[in-house]
Order: sequence, then C-alpha cells, then structure tokens
Amino acid sequence: MESVGLSGYLIVGAVLFVCGVICMATKRNGIGILMGVELVLNGANLNFVAFSQHTHLGLDGQIASLFVIVLAAAEAAVALAIALNFYNNHLTIDVDRAADLKG
Amino acid sequence: MSPDIYIETGTTLKWLLTTAWLLPLAGFLIEVFGGYWSGRKSRAAAYLAVGCIATGFVCSLIALLTWIDAANLNVSDIWQNPGAVAAASHEVSEATHADHEHDAHHAGAEHDGDHEHVAPSHSEAEHHGHAVHGNNPLKFAFNGTFYTLAKFGSIQVTLDYYIDGLTVLMFTMVTFIATCIHLFAIGYMSDELTESYEDHQVHLPGGKHFHRPGRFYRFFSFLSLFCFAMLGLVLAGNIFQVFIFWELVGVCSYLLIGFYVERKSASTAANKAFIMNRVGDFGFLIGLMILWTWFGTFQFANTNPDQTGQQGLFQMVRTDTGEIETEGEGLNRVAYMQSLSGQRLMGNDGQARRIPYWLLVVAGLGIFAGCVGKSAQFPLQTWLPDAMEGPTPVSALVHSATMVAAGVYLAGRFFPMFTPEVLLVIAYVGAITAFIGATIALVVTDIKQVLAYSTISQLGYMMLAIGVGGWLAGLFHLITHAFFKSLMFLCSGSVIHGCHHEQEMTKMGGLYKKMPITCWTMWIGVVAISGLAIPITLPYLGAIAFSGFHSKDAIIASSLSFSTLNPTHSLLFFIPLITAGITAFYMHRMWFMTFFGKPKDHHVHEHAHESPWVMCGPLLALSFFAAFCAVGGESGPLAKLLLTSEPTHVAGGLQAAGNIGLNLPSHHDIHECHGQAGVMALLAALMGAVIAYLFYCKQAVDPALVKARFESAHRFLKSKWQFDEIYDAMFTRPVHVVAKWCTGFDREALDRFLHSCASLAVGIAQWDRKFDEAVVDRIVNVLGEVTFAAGRTLKGVQTGRLRQYVMFIAAAVVCLFVVLFLFLPR
Repeated sequence: MESVGLSGYLIVGAVLFVCGVICMATKRNGIGILMGVELVLNGANLNFVAFSQHTHLGLDGQIASLFVIVLAAAEAAVALAIALNFYNNHLTIDVDRAADLKG
Repeated sequence: MSPDIYIETGTTLKWLLTTAWLLPLAGFLIEVFGGYWSGRKSRAAAYLAVGCIATGFVCSLIALLTWIDAANLNVSDIWQNPGAVAAASHEVSEATHADHEHDAHHAGAEHDGDHEHVAPSHSEAEHHGHAVHGNNPLKFAFNGTFYTLAKFGSIQVTLDYYIDGLTVLMFTMVTFIATCIHLFAIGYMSDELTESYEDHQVHLPGGKHFHRPGRFYRFFSFLSLFCFAMLGLVLAGNIFQVFIFWELVGVCSYLLIGFYVERKSASTAANKAFIMNRVGDFGFLIGLMILWTWFGTFQFANTNPDQTGQQGLFQMVRTDTGEIETEGEGLNRVAYMQSLSGQRLMGNDGQARRIPYWLLVVAGLGIFAGCVGKSAQFPLQTWLPDAMEGPTPVSALVHSATMVAAGVYLAGRFFPMFTPEVLLVIAYVGAITAFIGATIALVVTDIKQVLAYSTISQLGYMMLAIGVGGWLAGLFHLITHAFFKSLMFLCSGSVIHGCHHEQEMTKMGGLYKKMPITCWTMWIGVVAISGLAIPITLPYLGAIAFSGFHSKDAIIASSLSFSTLNPTHSLLFFIPLITAGITAFYMHRMWFMTFFGKPKDHHVHEHAHESPWVMCGPLLALSFFAAFCAVGGESGPLAKLLLTSEPTHVAGGLQAAGNIGLNLPSHHDIHECHGQAGVMALLAALMGAVIAYLFYCKQAVDPALVKARFESAHRFLKSKWQFDEIYDAMFTRPVHVVAKWCTGFDREALDRFLHSCASLAVGIAQWDRKFDEAVVDRIVNVLGEVTFAAGRTLKGVQTGRLRQYVMFIAAAVVCLFVVLFLFLPR
C-alpha cells in the first residue's frame, strides 16, 4: 500500500482547522464553540504527528501532541464549568448574551 | 579595748543600727503600695509603721547598751562624784589618748589604767615634741563602707556609716520619739479612716466643703519615710551621704507639711519650707564643692585600728591635739592637712598638701548655711511657723526629732571642720534667732504657733552653744529639747483634738478639769523648757530640776565663760539670758491661757474632752523622759554619753584662735562659771514664770492694757518682725517687677516679631496655593481628562461579541500569513 505522504496529512489538518474556526465564528451555542476549539486543536495535533512521522523531528512532535490532548481535556473541563455556571445565571448558553462587562 | 573587741563591737553596732535604719524604708514601701489596696478604713498601715519604728527603737536601745558597755561608761560611777564634770569626760579621753599630757585642769581626773586603747595609736613618729597617737580627733568611733557609688581614680563616692556616741544617742532618741508620735497619730489621724473625709477648711463655691477619700495609710507611709531619711542622715559616714538624706528629709517634710494639699495655706507652706531650704542648701553645695576639690574626700574620719586606708576630713583638718596647723597671715594664711599618723600630708608632687584658710572658712560657712535652712535659723526661719499647717504629729516630729534636729546635729557633727570665724558666725546667728523667736512667741495666740516660735528660739540656743564652743551643751539641749518639745506638741495636738480642731488660745481656758493628763504632762514640758528648778543641790543628783534646766544651764554657762574670755562679744551672754526669761514667760502664758482662767468660749469648753489612751500613753512616756532624761546634769549619764563623741579639741579650749583671735572656753572655764550662770538663768526664768502667772492666771495685770500701752511694739511682733514683708519687698516683689518687664518685652518685641513672621508665612502660603491651583492641578487635570477621553473613544471597540472576536483573530492570522509569505525572504 502506498504511503499517503506529508501533504495529505497537512491538507486534512488544515481542513480540520478551518472547520474549527468557522464553527467558533458561527455558533452562538457555547458548547458548539467548545467543539470548534477541539477541532482547531486536533487539526494542529495532526500536523505535529505528521511532521514527526515525515521529518527528523522524531518523537518530539508526538509528545507535543500528547500535551495538547491533555491541555484540551483540562480546557474542556474548565470551559464546561464556565458554561454550566453561565447557564445557572442566565438560563442560556448563548455567548452573545455574555456581554455583562461591556463598557 | 583590744582591736578584736573593737571590730566586734563595731560590727554589732553597724548591724543593729542598719536594721533600725532600713526597717522604716521597708515599712514605707509596703504601706505606700499595700495601703492603696487595703482600703481607706484599714489601720494596717499604722500598725506596720509603729511595728517598724518600735523594732528600730529596740535595736537602737540594744546598740546604746552595747555602746555604754564598750565605752566603759560605768553607770554606777555617775553617782559617786557629781561635782567633777571633767572627770567624766576624761575617762573616755584617757582611753583614746593614754599617754596624753594633761593640762593643768585635768589633773584631778582619775586615770583608770585598765582602759585599753580604742583609737589605737602608738606610731613611732615624733611630732611637736611628744609621742604621737593616731590622728583621730573624735575619741571613739566606728566607721566603714556599705557600698561604693562611684570611683574616680583614687577618690570615691561611697555610702558609709559613722557610729559614735552621738549617732547612737540620736538613733535612740529619734526612734523613741518617733514611736510615741506614731502611736499618738493613730488616735489623732483616726478621722481620716473614712471613704469620704470632709475638709472643713476648704470651701467650695456654693458654700460646700471639700470631700475626699481619707488618707490614713498615706500619712503613715510618709512618716515611715521621714524616719528612714532622718536615721540615714544620722548614720551617714560622709558629708555627701548626709546631703542625700538631708534632701530626703526635705522632701518628706514637704509631703507632710502639704498633707492637706487642697488647703491653699498648706500647699503654700510646703512650698515655702522647701524653697527656704533650697536657699540654705545652695550654701551647702558650695561647701561640698570646696571640700571635694581641696580634700578629695567626703568621709568624716577613718577610725581603722591599724591606721590604713584614706584619712577623713576631720583628721586632715585637725592635728592629733585638735589644732588647725596654719601658716601666714590674713588672706595668705594656709592650713596644712594631716595624715592618719599625725604628720603633714604629702601630695603626689612631694609638697605638703594645704588649703587656703579663707576657703576653709567659706566651706564651713557653706555647710552652716545648710544648717541655717534646715534648722530654721535667722534669716531663713520664716518657713517653720508656716509648717504648722501640717497635722500636729508631723509638727511634733519635724520640731523635735527629725527635720530641725538635722541642722543642729550636722553643726555638731561637723564641728571639727569649723574655724573660729565660722563659730562666731554660728554663735551670733544662734543668738539672734533665739531672741527673735522668743519675742514673737510672746504675742502669737495660736497654740501651735507659740510652740513653733519657741522651737526656733530653742534651736537658736543650740546653735549659740555650738558657736561659743559649748559642743556638749548644744547637743545636750538638742536631746532634751527633742523630748520636751515633742511632748508639748503632742499635748497641743491632744488639746486641738479635744477641742475639735480649735487652735486659738483665746477661745480656750479652764481646760485643766476637762483634760487633766494633757494639762499636767504639758506642765512638765513647760517647766522643762523654761529651765525652772528648785534651788537646792542634792548630793549625787545635782539640782532638783527637769531636763531643760540642765541643758539650758549648760548653754548659759558656756556663753558666760565665752563672753568672759572675749569681752567684746558679751552680747552673746546677755541675749540668751534675757531670752531665758522670755521663754519662761511665753511658755507659762500658753499654759495658763489654755488650761486655767475662765473658759472664754463656752461652745469649745463644753465639747472639750480628754483624748483616748492611744494618745495619752505617748504623752506619759514622753513626759517621763522630758523630766528625767538629763538627770545628773553634766555629770549625768546622758552628758557622759555625749562626751564620748566630743571632738578632742573642745575640752581644752583655744586661745587667740583663727584670724580674729577668738578664745574658746575649755571645760574647766565653763565649769567655773556654772554656778553663777545657773543662778542668773534660774532667776530670769522664775521672773518670767511669775510675771506670766500674774498676767494670765491671777489677772493682776490686764494683758490688754499692756498691749494697748505698747501698741506699736505689739504690732511689730505680731507681724513677726516684718520678715515676711521684708522678704516680700526684697525678693518676691522685685521678681514680680522683673517678670512684668519680661512680659512687656515678650508682648511688645517677641510677640510682634513672631506675629509678623506668622503673617509672612501666611502670605507665602496663599501665593503658593495659587501656584498649586493654576499650574500643578491643571497639568494633573488635563492628563486625567486626556486619559478619560481616550478610554471613552476606545470603548466602542469592545463589542463583547465572542464570534466577532474569533473572526478578527482568524482574519488577523490570515493577514499575518499573507504578510509572512509575501515579505519573508526565502
């Protein structure tokens, strides 16, 4: 079976990244935005892993991606907690309504 | 006495007297702190104070017995040879100067060869052609150091003790009288035992009287401190230590005279006593400085048996024969200092150490100035009558055993340092004081004031005696006077207490039935101070008389022999003789006015009552001693005890001494005049007493007529010789004038200058404010406004829309990448 090559991974990664950004920019639902963040992070992860496979980076790229996964988990936990609290206070998770601190 | 026994006796005496001295201090500390918590109605402080001073008295009494034993004063031989006064003194004199060549008049003295040497002696040195003994001008004394306060090279300031017959006697006298007064005060001050004492003499606006908590414990703690200070003064072994306790006595008198501090008169009297004493103490300080500079020591004398250590002041000034060794004439005259072994003292430069004679005179006058203040001598006597503002037990203590006794005591103690010039000044000051005090006492009507002026007069007698060389007579009178004066003060206290704080004799009269004990104990005091006697001489007992006769007799005899030897100073005999008559008159006048005649104020008379036993007991005890303490006169035990500490040069007298060529009488001279002087003094006293009887008891002459006849003299005496007015004109008013000038200068010059400075500062400040407002504030405000406007402008950028932010971020990233790819070199 023929190997896919670096550019294939990079294309998939870029697509994932763009999808994530669009998701973040369009969704009004807080959970949706969180999902977009996950997509962006995983797009970046894919790049790390691909570069570790096809260049001389070695295991460093894979370790970096592991860190990103852990970070993403932690971030998701914090963000979900914020979302829950926001819901408690406003009975919605529409991010456009989170404008209390606006001057 | 061998050196071993000497040291043993000295140590015993030291510990006994130190205990007696420190107990009142311990009592004071406990009373003053404990009394605060024990409440106003507790008598605990009084019992503690009495306990302390009574224990002190027991210690002093044991010390006195130890002393009598040590000094070989066989009490029984007092009775054997009443005539030979000299013999009594010279037995002790022999003890110290075994080989001393006798003067002619000593020949009769029986020499007891068994007496060993007290101030041990035999140095090999030859001096003035005869064998020299230790140079100890005081025959018989113990000294030592408690504690060294400071050391400057070879000179040091120490706390010493100096114990001789005078010290021990003073201790016994002070502690005994203080014990009696403490007991009396328990009764007298009992109305202070309350939470709310009403002071009838302090008037508040609205016709009310001042109320305050009772101060029973405070009174007794001050009394204890007073006793401590006085005993410390007597025990002190150097003149600086004397000064310390001297001031402490002054402070205590201040506290006690001003005990009723809310009364204006009391606080003024306390201030007056204190300030008058300061005037005298100024002289005292000058004397101290001269002594310190020239002698380098404050110690009285060094009585160390093996003649080691530093010599004291008395030893430096006097040779072993008791002379001041001088050279030159007039202002160039110098006095050579003596060493312990009786030779000239050599300084570090190999020269004999000496002091200008006139400086010695100034030092003596300075120390005497201190005595003038403390003993209320002319011209500083005015504080003493005012000191009557204190409670009567305080007056009794101040006037007999403590305060005023301190001055006479010091004059007696420091006698070896006084040159003939100083002695003459002392004699005249004493004579003037005696006369002034007695004449004022003639006209005052307050019972305590009469006693106050009689105290001044009697103190003058003592100083006079010391000044004319009658050392023994002066200190003899100090002791006897302490007994009868404290007795009379306590009697007057009893009268005042019985008459509900009425002190005016014009409202008394006929009290003898109401208070017989007070009346007859006071009679003993009156007879004693007047010097009355029955002119029969009994074998072994001398004249039948109370103590005052003997001591006053001795003083008159001393002054008579002095004025015989120095005819130019015959005034020094006539003044005390006249004063003796006046004394008898005013004392009897007081007694008759108080206790006899018709009651003048029925209200006072009806309510008068005899005092309780706690007050009468001390009266009886004191009256016993006032009557019999001087039994035997100058050959009695009291005089013998005093003679053990008489400076050696007194007994032999002096011829043509000092720059002024004064002759001081010897014991022999005084003894020769004794009969003559005694008869004259007795006649004067009897005359005074009889006149007083005719005036105030028999009413043969109406005193009011006499008063009207001598109106101006009466007014002069009533205003106390105008002393207060003179001092007012001489010191107080000039000070007021100067003060007025100073206020004027302050107002006109200093205030004006300060005010212009102030308005200048205000002007500068106003200008500065304008600058602040116009420049500094404006800059700060503009900065603030700019920042605020910028913030307001930028506020719109913050939309708060999350998705918009993400879009911005994405767009920015794309832009960055575009820029990166376009411009980054490959």
